[in-house]
Amino acid sequence: MAAHTETTPDHRTLYQFGYYRTSDQDAVEPTRYPVVIVGAGPVGLAAAIDLTLRGIKVVLLDDADRIGEGSRGICYAKRTLEVLGRLGVAQPCLDKGVVWKVGKVFFKEAQVWQFDLLPEDGHAMPAFINLQQYYLEHFLVERAIDLGIDLRWRNKVVGIEQGNDGATVQVMTPEGEYRLSGAWVIAADGPRSTLRGLLGLEWRGEIFEDRFLIADVKMTGDFPPERWFWFEPPFHGGHSALLHKQPDDVWRIDLQLGPEADPVDEQRPEKVVPRLKQMLGHDRFELEWVSLYSFQCRRIDRFVHGRVVFAGDSAHQVSPFGARGANSGIQDAENLVWKLAMVLNGEASETLIETYHAERSQAADENIRHSTRSTDFIAPRSPQEVRFRDATLALARSAPFAQRMINSGRLSIATVHDTSLSTPDVDRWNGVAQLGAPAPDAPVEDAHGKPIWFLDLLGGTESLVAFGAVQQVKCPLLLEGRDFHDRRGLLRRRLDASDGAAFLFRPDQHLAARWRKPEATDIAAARRRLRGH
Amino acid sequence: MTDLQTDSRFADPDSAYRLLIDAHRGLNDEDSAALNSALILILANHIGDSAVLAQAIALAKTTLTAGECKAPV
Ligand SMILES: Cc1cc2nc3c(=O)[nH]c(=O)nc-3n(C[C@H](O)[C@H](O)[C@H](O)COP(=O)(O)OP(=O)(O)OC[C@H]3O[C@@H](n4cnc5c(N)ncnc54)[C@H](O)[C@@H]3O)c2cc1C
Repeated sequence: MAAHTETTPDHRTLYQFGYYRTSDQDAVEPTRYPVVIVGAGPVGLAAAIDLTLRGIKVVLLDDADRIGEGSRGICYAKRTLEVLGRLGVAQPCLDKGVVWKVGKVFFKEAQVWQFDLLPEDGHAMPAFINLQQYYLEHFLVERAIDLGIDLRWRNKVVGIEQGNDGATVQVMTPEGEYRLSGAWVIAADGPRSTLRGLLGLEWRGEIFEDRFLIADVKMTGDFPPERWFWFEPPFHGGHSALLHKQPDDVWRIDLQLGPEADPVDEQRPEKVVPRLKQMLGHDRFELEWVSLYSFQCRRIDRFVHGRVVFAGDSAHQVSPFGARGANSGIQDAENLVWKLAMVLNGEASETLIETYHAERSQAADENIRHSTRSTDFIAPRSPQEVRFRDATLALARSAPFAQRMINSGRLSIATVHDTSLSTPDVDRWNGVAQLGAPAPDAPVEDAHGKPIWFLDLLGGTESLVAFGAVQQVKCPLLLEGRDFHDRRGLLRRRLDASDGAAFLFRPDQHLAARWRKPEATDIAAARRRLRGH
Repeated sequence: MTDLQTDSRFADPDSAYRLLIDAHRGLNDEDSAALNSALILILANHIGDSAVLAQAIALAKTTLTAGECKAPV
């Protein structure tokens, strides 16, 4: 399998993989796979691992042969970590990552606001970790290799042909072109998606003119692992700035430069270093990576086109304020994969895939809305917008309402799907659990009294979690008191579970139905419903 | 008599903020100032309580005396 080498983190190429030839390249007719995935970024890798764990054979194609080129994404949210946990990748991320939960907002010289993301205990995953995207990708690749996933580097998709029961892609390799078909093709080929172009899909949305300088610098300092955001700091006249810690003593710095900044000039070390010196107040740092960005918020209209399904940045793009890119892309993958598996296994009809479009385009709209609003606040476009923003910040010192209006990025949380797959509630419920949202986590004990997290107990299978005897159901059953124990009562509280209550979770752990006193027929109907019938 | 309420009252403050931003998009600065003046009069009348209005004015003024607000250009 592909060999990889590790160099020091300040080199451009961090992990190098090799091209290899497969017998598919000699086949006369294109070899057919259940799923062909285009793009081995975080989204394609997550989809490939999840499908493999569900017993579906995949081929994963990527046009590159390395991970590197700067870190891009750095913040990964609780729900993403929970998904990664199910995929077997969370532990290395947690070991390497920086856990943080406190964010501070400064206006000019003074702090005006501080937030704490997850002040509640009893969750396996922290609210957020910071980790360079190349580490995340590397851990995903390692896991994919461990699982024996057919991951083909320097396999660039250059054409596609749709059929009634699949799609065939044209693949270019260093040894020429070949064809490959999939009953389904996942287009996880990123913001510049080739497949989007080949299918002629419109990429609609808002483009922001402000340019931002993103720099990763290495320094050893006594800063706490918090997210610090400045509006109009004295060290960066009139513009916003962000400082955030990553592993390896690397700090992410984000500086708003305005719309006129020259992309080539601004990236010159002679220009960057003095700016950072001014911000940090010293020059004891090394530049690891510098890049200049402007941001877009846009999406394609439909995420499903025949047998081609778009996921991640190929389907939607957001500004980074809120860390909603990779986080939402990985949640796209988890939403899609169980549905594909059910359709491929004949458990559900193809219409289930339509609900992927419905649910995840809803999530994309939510993410775009949040990141657009954040960008409005961070990069105001007119003197009046600056005044609104500055007035909000000035009022925040004394007026609580203004604190809530400060928007330095609304950080990614899981989308609550308002979906036809959920069975509407008939009973009244309190607690934090919501229909269409991922299950709340809680520490419980397994059947043998061993501590286990509730989400690990759920895993990736559809399950009925019951607090008291239920009638015969064909669904995998997790009965409290028999299959697990909720000794601290935290799960009960979070689900608002009364004696006899039962909860149906989808294979992606989202809550599909709940009853105070379920009938077997209710459960059966809810199970059909979550399959899109 | 009610006091000025400064706790957060919008279920979704971001959408309220966005309404204000949207209202001003595409306006020149003079029109923006005119819009704001009209808006303040409308909202003041909606509150309908001079004592509350006076408290709001006093709170708004603190942002100027603290030197935290840019003088309008
Ligand atoms: C400055 C910055 C900061 C960010 N911060 C965060 C953050 O904190 N948190 C967060 O969640 N997100 C963040 N993001 C967003 C995040 O980087 C992206 O959302 C994420 O990489 C999307 O993953 P993806 O797998 O969809 O696409 P990509 O990561 O772009 O992967 C696509 C893959 O497809 C391959 N490919 C492309 N075309 C073809 C083809 N024709 N054939 C074969 N392979 C192909 C590419 O080589 C690539 O490997 C940030 C982005 C930027 C720019």
